[in-house]
Amino acid sequence: MTTDPTTTSAAEAAAEVTTAVEAAAATTAVEAAAATTAVEAAADGPTDTAPAAAAPAIDPRLLIREAGFAGYLDEFKRRMKSGDLGSVPVVLGLILIAAIFQGLTGNFLNPDNLTNITKWIAGPGLIAVGIVFVLLLGEIDLSLGSVAGVSAAIASVVSVRSGVNEWLAILIAIGAAVGMGALHGFFFAKIGVPSFVVTLAGLLTWSGLQMYVLGDKGTVNLINDGVIANLDTYFLGDGDVFYAWALAVLGTVLFAAGQLLDHRRRTAAGLPARPMSEIWLRTGVVAVISLVAAYVLNQNQGLPLPLVIFLAVVVIGDFVLRRTSYGRQIFAVGGGVEAARRAGINVDWVRISVYMISAGMAALGGLFIASQQGSGDKLLGSGNVLMNSIAAVVIGGTSLFGGRGKTWSALLGILVIQSIITGLDLVHVNQSIQYMITGAVLLGAVVLDSVSRRTQKSAGRG
Amino acid sequence: MTGAPVLALRGVSKRFGAVQALTDVHLEVHAGEVVALVGDNGAGKSTLVKTIAGVHPIDEGSIEWEGRQVDINRPHDAQSLGVATVYQDLALCDNLDVVGNLFLGRELRRFGTLDEVAMEKRAKELLDTLSIRIPSVRIPIAALSGGQRQVVAIARALVGDPKIVILDEPTAALGVEQTAQVLDLVERLRERGLGVILISHNMADVKAVADTVAVLRLGRNNGVFEVATTSHEEIISAITGATENAVTRRQARLAEEAK
Repeated sequence: MTTDPTTTSAAEAAAEVTTAVEAAAATTAVEAAAATTAVEAAADGPTDTAPAAAAPAIDPRLLIREAGFAGYLDEFKRRMKSGDLGSVPVVLGLILIAAIFQGLTGNFLNPDNLTNITKWIAGPGLIAVGIVFVLLLGEIDLSLGSVAGVSAAIASVVSVRSGVNEWLAILIAIGAAVGMGALHGFFFAKIGVPSFVVTLAGLLTWSGLQMYVLGDKGTVNLINDGVIANLDTYFLGDGDVFYAWALAVLGTVLFAAGQLLDHRRRTAAGLPARPMSEIWLRTGVVAVISLVAAYVLNQNQGLPLPLVIFLAVVVIGDFVLRRTSYGRQIFAVGGGVEAARRAGINVDWVRISVYMISAGMAALGGLFIASQQGSGDKLLGSGNVLMNSIAAVVIGGTSLFGGRGKTWSALLGILVIQSIITGLDLVHVNQSIQYMITGAVLLGAVVLDSVSRRTQKSAGRG
Repeated sequence: MTGAPVLALRGVSKRFGAVQALTDVHLEVHAGEVVALVGDNGAGKSTLVKTIAGVHPIDEGSIEWEGRQVDINRPHDAQSLGVATVYQDLALCDNLDVVGNLFLGRELRRFGTLDEVAMEKRAKELLDTLSIRIPSVRIPIAALSGGQRQVVAIARALVGDPKIVILDEPTAALGVEQTAQVLDLVERLRERGLGVILISHNMADVKAVADTVAVLRLGRNNGVFEVATTSHEEIISAITGATENAVTRRQARLAEEAK
């Protein structure tokens, strides 16, 4: 490097700009612009030659976050004001729902009721995780209820009537569902049929197949105490309190370790990291929630298997979406198909594979629903199963327009929906009223999403 | 320019149905050279760029890369050779942050998972060496201004260490200062020894940064000029294709009136 190439080249370029716009713009304005460029380039000079020594050039317009806990609070307030509400409305909603029903019935917060809720959310929750993947692409999958139903039907018919090993039957059912998802994905990605239409056709076709598989009798009772029947009823260690405590402690420790490791790597690389106070606060919140949950579950029968599997799927899904190239590709396709294609991403494959994932999740969810009712039948997965799952995902904060969301929204959202359903059941409200209330909650969540999106736009958070 | 060209097109032709978009086009790009590709609308600039980028395979002719003949049939072929293209419509994902966009399609990994720390560090280094300043590398692209998006798009093209960078109308929608920043960036690319193909309608930009101007007219070569020794008028007449046209008539009239 000679004296300061940046400054000279910038000045030259600015001078050229002067010639370019001399006819159009007033000379003073151009001079000002040229001066600014030169000054900026000069300011950049030291960064060029000694990047390590100079403080990183921070745009003066950017609000710098203060270090420490005060900064965390400030940042939080600013995010709330700019419409980046995150999970706050859902959590507030959950607390509100729990308070209302506890007040009305007096036994909503009882351990056995809460344990039942955690068991019931597994089926629709797993379907909702699949919907998160599809919504991230900005698409929809209307067939998941039918896919859940036909998978449950296949698993029960194959295991009960044909006497195939139950594990094998589960694999066959999930495999069949993944095949159906691949079919949806193929027609959508390769042929170009809108996803709405493809999956609507799937909804009809697969519920027809469900009836066909079940035959004339229409209901197949699961093997008593078999694998599928136990999915819903099994408690880890047959109710040993150890498991719930262990999971709570393990989860908290892993969470804290992940945060600390990230903090260490970022600090070592000279990047801004979360302040320690924030890490401890987050860990504290996670610890309180998981330990209280463990305590409540242990008051009843311990750690239910459906909850463990649902949580595992949510965590794995979150990991795949946020920490793998494949997850990044899903977000990219949801944010801009053309951009993703030009970045060398195989858009068709991402789309097909996402439909395979959603169908596979639906199959798993269907097995849990079958396990809960003790049989595979013609009605499984029909009615408002699919609608509840889609509503849950949206309530949880995943955008309907693609590119924004996480699998945790499936957990939070389905908790809200199931709490409302269970609470209304407890106060013996008619199902007609239940539908209307659930519908109103869904509408409220979407309104909140739309309003916060508008606030985000005006606050420059897209 | 001395030495063999990095990229050379020899007699390239491309048809779309009944339209002959390119006929027998030649183009050479050397390392450390900025070649401006100019021509009227429909002259074939975009088609030519897309053949290099692998979007449209060529029908006739050949493409040489560092002296040997290559086939470019898919965007992937061009990328693996070392051609990076910045399209006019930027092609950034609005919902991903700057780091995510810079490394989209070639993420750095660690134990099979995304290495966000390494990516963020490299992104900062890259933006620093190019003197690009944006508020934060962790804000979504949707929150950036037009000029900032353009420089991010150009920086993105550099992540894969290309040898040729194609810029399609990089200054079309930018203000005075942002234009200067992008032109600065083009010069920095040249200093780093990259070959740059710059498509522009703006003669001032072309004269500011280009070494060579290649003119296309109706899908054919219509002259290659050294910028330093060529006047504005010569290039304009090569673009419009004749000495007798609206531009020269107007200039003659103005000259007449001035007398």
